[in-house]
Amino acid sequence: MGVDIRVENLNAWYGPVHTLHDVSLHIPANHATALIGPSGCGKSTFVRCLNRMHETSPGARADGTVLMGDIDIYKDATPVEIRRRVGMVFQRPNPFPTMSIYDNVASGLKLNGFRKKRVLDEVVERSLKQAALWDEVKDDLKKKSGASISGGQQQRLCIARALAVDPEVLLMDEPASALDPVSTAKIEDLIFKLKSQYTIVIVTHNMQQAARVAENTGFFLMGKLVEFAPTTKIFTNPSDKRTEDYITGRFG
Amino acid sequence: MNEPKIIPLPPVPEEPPSAPHRITPSPMIKTMLPQTEMGSPVAVAPVTPSAVRMFLQAKSSGRMADGAFASLMVVCALSIFAIVILIVSVLVSHSQLSIKAFGWHFFSTRTWDPVSGDFGALPFIYGTVLSSLLAVLMAVPLALATSIFLLDICPKFLQAPISFLTELLAAIPSVVYGLWGVFVLVPIIRDQAGPVLEKYLGWTGLFVEPNFGVNMFAASVILAIMIFPVISSISRDVMRAVPVHQREAVLALGATRWEMLRIGVLRNARMGIIGSVILGLGRALGETIAVTMVIGNHAAIMKNLFAPGYTLASVIANEFSEATGDLYLSALIEIGLALFLVTIIVNAIARLLVWAVVRDNAGSAH
Amino acid sequence: MDALPLRSRGVSNFVTVRRNLTNHVVTGVAIISTILVLVPLVAIFGYLLYKGASSLNLAFFTHVPVPVGEPGGGMANAIAGSGVILGLASLLGIPVGIGAGVYLAEYARGTWLGAAVRFTADVLNGVPSIVMGLAAYALIVARQQHFSGMAGSVALAIMMIPTVTRTTEEMLATVPKSVREAALGLGIPKWRTVLSVSLRTASPGIITGCMLAFARVAGETAPLLFTAFGNQFWSFDLNQPIAALPLQIYVYALSPYDEWHRLAWAGALVLIVLIMASVTLVRIFANRGVLKGGN
Repeated sequence: MGVDIRVENLNAWYGPVHTLHDVSLHIPANHATALIGPSGCGKSTFVRCLNRMHETSPGARADGTVLMGDIDIYKDATPVEIRRRVGMVFQRPNPFPTMSIYDNVASGLKLNGFRKKRVLDEVVERSLKQAALWDEVKDDLKKKSGASISGGQQQRLCIARALAVDPEVLLMDEPASALDPVSTAKIEDLIFKLKSQYTIVIVTHNMQQAARVAENTGFFLMGKLVEFAPTTKIFTNPSDKRTEDYITGRFG
Repeated sequence: MNEPKIIPLPPVPEEPPSAPHRITPSPMIKTMLPQTEMGSPVAVAPVTPSAVRMFLQAKSSGRMADGAFASLMVVCALSIFAIVILIVSVLVSHSQLSIKAFGWHFFSTRTWDPVSGDFGALPFIYGTVLSSLLAVLMAVPLALATSIFLLDICPKFLQAPISFLTELLAAIPSVVYGLWGVFVLVPIIRDQAGPVLEKYLGWTGLFVEPNFGVNMFAASVILAIMIFPVISSISRDVMRAVPVHQREAVLALGATRWEMLRIGVLRNARMGIIGSVILGLGRALGETIAVTMVIGNHAAIMKNLFAPGYTLASVIANEFSEATGDLYLSALIEIGLALFLVTIIVNAIARLLVWAVVRDNAGSAH
Repeated sequence: MDALPLRSRGVSNFVTVRRNLTNHVVTGVAIISTILVLVPLVAIFGYLLYKGASSLNLAFFTHVPVPVGEPGGGMANAIAGSGVILGLASLLGIPVGIGAGVYLAEYARGTWLGAAVRFTADVLNGVPSIVMGLAAYALIVARQQHFSGMAGSVALAIMMIPTVTRTTEEMLATVPKSVREAALGLGIPKWRTVLSVSLRTASPGIITGCMLAFARVAGETAPLLFTAFGNQFWSFDLNQPIAALPLQIYVYALSPYDEWHRLAWAGALVLIVLIMASVTLVRIFANRGVLKGGN
């Protein structure tokens, strides 16, 4: 099951550039939360700070408190430990090209030293079913490479791979931006099903997508969290002028 | 929402008849009614806390392994420095005897007399420089012409086989060149090319009989063949790196092919071409076995290319195993040290030139 | 310098004729040069095939050298000796080279230390092989007071390192950043990510690079002259002199005996064929079992 995320005064820098300013919010457990805003507004940086992925970029640093359940991710744990609790799905599908479909899904466990084959088989099947990919690939699990399937299938494979480690939180950084409309609909469908079991944070530049899948939505602008509220409120009755301008298409 | 969903293994119940490919109908309705999704029957519940989760949480973060691995990689990288330092220090220490005995005169003395223990490296320096320069003189025009041919003139179907053949030239071991030199090239130079060259160019003093085929000229020809692939492949790379718009700009002015090559390509790629020539020179300076087999191995400084010669590398190869006496060995190792330093400097210059060109072109391509 | 003559054709016919003539001359020179280059190339391969094939027989692969005057004999011990020396050299040189390449690509991007290592590797790549032989002599042979196959392996290993390092680095640089992020995002430690994701994805290119390094040193004679030294008999003891194919070819080629010349040609052909065959075999072997990515 998912855990909630409390962020207090999170600031982030890429080298000298201050990309996040004092972001504070409470992301409830087992719901989908969407983050919207024009490109470069800091929403991607924000999710990368939630599993400390920003640390893989040279010169990036973050400052503040992020509580995931009862764990302060910057104080109580290493990046590796955090990332084992948090699944991440990236903008472009990035399956491991030299691994089979099976190995792709099992990679989070296998590469961490998990050896029980029977459990692995179960986990792979369960994750692929959760990602609605099982029926399409079950005959080629070990024969086909993760890179040999279509783009939409690859992205669902990446979701299955993230689910296989049984995460508490699922971060999705514009998961459908590189996909065609049919694949996008499938991914949205999936998020809809999964959000009762995982805390899902989804970054998107597509406002309809946020409206379709998320209970809560946060609007980022120039590194600041402008407004964070239930999705219906954001889209029907925003309290900030800038949010209203953005969702009515007056800029960005 | 937090109802404990403890479902025993196996965690894969049959899926409800949900259609995974269904495209969400009327999305706005769902958005208006998000709460209906609570406890959705569609979901396949994971085991909580599952075996997987417990395993991963018990697993150490691998910080120790990460640190150990990173240090191992650093050690590997630093070993490259260590190797260079080790080579220099061991060569310096083993040539101390000779360095003390002859000092800088070692490099300006023309006698090499193991019997009386009098050693000077000048004949070898002369032989190395002369044979390498001659080789470069012969190889560069051919290599450039071949590169131009392959890039701009050659019909498509011939391109791949010819460039493959020239690359193959680089894969032939030195000793095989030497073997071919001894049994094919040397007789040709002695019997066919020799008389002709003497007849027409004998007046220069460069081609004077007697000519046994085993001489400076043969060594230069062998070297030219050996460094040809180095120069041609790298110069082809730098010529290809010249942005297409540079060529098109010149062609658009009504230039002929040669003018386009000269102005649009060669001028832009000249630093890289010079770099490739110097790399070839570096290879020629250090080439050992093939040269040793055809140069005649005689320590003398002669203008006549039909006279036998000697190079820094070939004197080491030829005499080191049989050298008696510490001073003799030490003098040979000092020659090795000199060769090492010279090739390092030559290669460093060449690398810097090639890098500069590739970087500049990468920069201007955007 | 000479600017393009931009006058129209009608005004200056002479210039146009000269320009076109130059163009044709240069084209002709390029074609003739290429033919001139192809001649020795074909000559070397043709002669090697002709002489080598006509000198080869079964005894070459099964017998050791015989004393001067006796007919027959082969280079079986030299083929085996080369295998032993090269095996140890690869064992020493390839891991270090790959490690250094991993450091450059995964840990030292954009650092001055990385640039220094890269530059040193490039420069080391240009050091003459005879100098490597001298260094191995001074380091090992002079200390032990006897020639040894191991000293030869060390010299060859040092020669392999820069090539392996640079290709490993270049091949790792082609692995997309997104694939690394996928692994790190799963909570896989960096060392495991490097080994099982980066290196594995780049493995076909890295293996090719290792084979090129191998092929380059497999034909080397100079570094073995006063390290492995050569041996007329069977020997696998790395602490003793060992025969090697290039050494044996060198000695036989410079001998005054026709029978030995014959063996030298046979040896040269076998050397080249063995190098090419081992390179091809490893590549086929390495490509098997690697799943082909689509797109």
